[in-house]
Amino acid sequence: MSVLDKYIITKNNKSVDLKAIPVLTYNDFSSLIKSLLQKTENHCLNYFTYPSNDKMQLIACIASDSDASILIFSHVVAQGEELESLSAEISALHIFEREIFENYGVKFKNHPWLKPVRYSKNRFDNKSKIKDYPFYSIQSDELHEVGVGPIHAGIIEPGHFRFICNGEDVLHLEIQLGYQHRGVEQLFLEKKKVLQRNILAESIAGDTAVGHSLAFAQIMESLGNISISEQLSIERAMALELERIAIHVGDIAALCTDIGYSLGANIFAILRTLIINFTQSWCGNRLGKGMIRVGGTNQAFNNDLKKKLIKVLDDFEFQFNELAHRTFKLPSVENRFDNIGTISETQARNLGVVGMTARMANVLRDIRHSHPFAGFEKYPIPTLVLPNGDVFSRFLLRRKEVKQSIAWIRNILDCEKFENPAPMPVTELNLEANKLCIGLTEAWRGEICHCAITDNSGQLTLYKIKDPSLHNWKALELSLRNVEISDFPINNKSYNLSYCGHDL
Amino acid sequence: MLQEIKIIKHNGKQYIPDPTTAVVPEPFRGRPEISTAKVNEEDLRNICPVGAISTNPVRIDLAKCCFCGECAYRFPNKVQFTNDLRTVSNSHDRLIIHEGKNEPIRLDQDLVRSEIKKLFGHSLKLRQVSAGGDNSCEYELNAAGNANFDMGRYGIEFVASPRHADGILVTGPITENMSKALKIAYEAIPEPKVFILCGNDAISGGIFADSKALDRSVLKDMHVDLYIPGNPAHPLTIVNGILDLIRTV
Repeated sequence: MSVLDKYIITKNNKSVDLKAIPVLTYNDFSSLIKSLLQKTENHCLNYFTYPSNDKMQLIACIASDSDASILIFSHVVAQGEELESLSAEISALHIFEREIFENYGVKFKNHPWLKPVRYSKNRFDNKSKIKDYPFYSIQSDELHEVGVGPIHAGIIEPGHFRFICNGEDVLHLEIQLGYQHRGVEQLFLEKKKVLQRNILAESIAGDTAVGHSLAFAQIMESLGNISISEQLSIERAMALELERIAIHVGDIAALCTDIGYSLGANIFAILRTLIINFTQSWCGNRLGKGMIRVGGTNQAFNNDLKKKLIKVLDDFEFQFNELAHRTFKLPSVENRFDNIGTISETQARNLGVVGMTARMANVLRDIRHSHPFAGFEKYPIPTLVLPNGDVFSRFLLRRKEVKQSIAWIRNILDCEKFENPAPMPVTELNLEANKLCIGLTEAWRGEICHCAITDNSGQLTLYKIKDPSLHNWKALELSLRNVEISDFPINNKSYNLSYCGHDL
Repeated sequence: MLQEIKIIKHNGKQYIPDPTTAVVPEPFRGRPEISTAKVNEEDLRNICPVGAISTNPVRIDLAKCCFCGECAYRFPNKVQFTNDLRTVSNSHDRLIIHEGKNEPIRLDQDLVRSEIKKLFGHSLKLRQVSAGGDNSCEYELNAAGNANFDMGRYGIEFVASPRHADGILVTGPITENMSKALKIAYEAIPEPKVFILCGNDAISGGIFADSKALDRSVLKDMHVDLYIPGNPAHPLTIVNGILDLIRTV
């Protein structure tokens, strides 16, 4: 078998025939994954089980950043077959193997931590309960454990954090999630109407409503052979960047809150209001719910909105720059964030982290750049990386990305006319039969990957969602090593990962 | 120091002087109104992604409505979403909008327990529990406490421990994995306590209502003092709703 027969090549939002996906022996499958992931330009987008009839097909999707391609290949698990785990060698695969094990009972030998991911409703072993999660523990008179959650001290989603501490220092942090599991992937199959699925996509993570619903809409348009206008695709990309600006500013405010810098905490939060109120005047919802619809839009961008947005951005940018200029130079701010919770480039690469979490640790990973979609094809966005990987880098990267997104939107407002509003969204969709389609977007947290498979009659038989948090939670765990437990809040806020996006 | 003063000056006054009279501009989707115009009711009912519309006569149940506005986009002469942000009530009946009857939604003050107004009228400390929430209502609850909306001025605050709280506010459709923790938190709050459901997924399950991963049985034994519809609820909807519950009219 030549290398070319071993995988099929596709692109972002381009579907492939399900039957054209090569099926390899596990030996070939694992050596191919290993050899591909050795190259720094490649990373694993998704690796999941596709159950059909009585067989289970493991499908791996590897993205290459150098030529915008996605390589897909598979292995069919024989009855009772035990597979050699690849996680010890490639840490980035640990979460996928755990998920496959949890949902389908496929055994992975020598997996370093084959623990449940989210206690999903459809799990293989439904006798296991979330309260019995097997935490690591250390036997020692000097060490103690601190358990926090699932309910935390604030208006925040639930998850359990277990710290093993030596005095004030954290030796190990283990994060157990699953409390938010709502069965989203299953509901995608049960809800048949386009709009129902669209609403579901907006509710995967409400703070990333645009990012997730855009990934969904693009897949549906690809499988349904619907083409949308260039203007609409640019409008969508603008909505995505507005979401990025708003959440980043909110996160900068939250970090200021945690170090007691109240000027930053209050005014950055107020500045966020300017942006989300604009989003509301565009689509009727401050979080962009209702913004993205399949095949069209109910709220087209127009010249009135354009004038308004220019004014909002002028007002916002002046104040943001003035305050950021002050905040980022304050010695007391730098002192609290500098060299805290550092992730090395090697760690980031090994874990396969994506989005901001990768870029703050010197790993260039940005789907807008590597696998462009929507308006990012016509208007490329320059890439940004920072070298240090500490809390300050995550703080600073947000400031830089806000600035970059504003400049990007301004350029579009200068160049585009917005004179041809898109039609209303479609209500009926005929999806192509027996296809697999992968849709990627780069939301503010990072890479969102949706994957849909259709059956003989064009019905969805699998809908797989991957929020960037699935990879990135592990980075937070590693950040806390040998860090004072009192620095947990700033580390946690500096990542601002999604619980519901992870738990689905 | 001078720089800080300059920053504050440029930021200007951002707080909303009176949240009880503040208006959110269109196209914000608040309380819907249904006209008596004749349309194909079956088509209208089918358009709703969460089954909030029932027919003969046409009604919209705000406990279920996800405020996507699709019914209004498709049947503009039948359904209109107004920018009236006061969509909160303590009785499910009042959350149902009937065709031709377009009245403001208010609380049924007869249903409000007298001790709520007496004890919490000027100070209500709440514990928030997210039970499968998508972080959108959580986001707006945080915003309700920021410098713009500042519900702290009315003594309404969120606290860290249920032991310090006068009540609980739930977001999310209540997942099976979270139902036990919610029950424990509720029981840890001293009597008398307030119970609030915020967001359409908390009130009815919303788009997740049919999911087998939910366990809403914990609601059976609880008296709900306030329903705050929305997807997510607007901060002004939240502030006004809670004020109507605790303040004497």
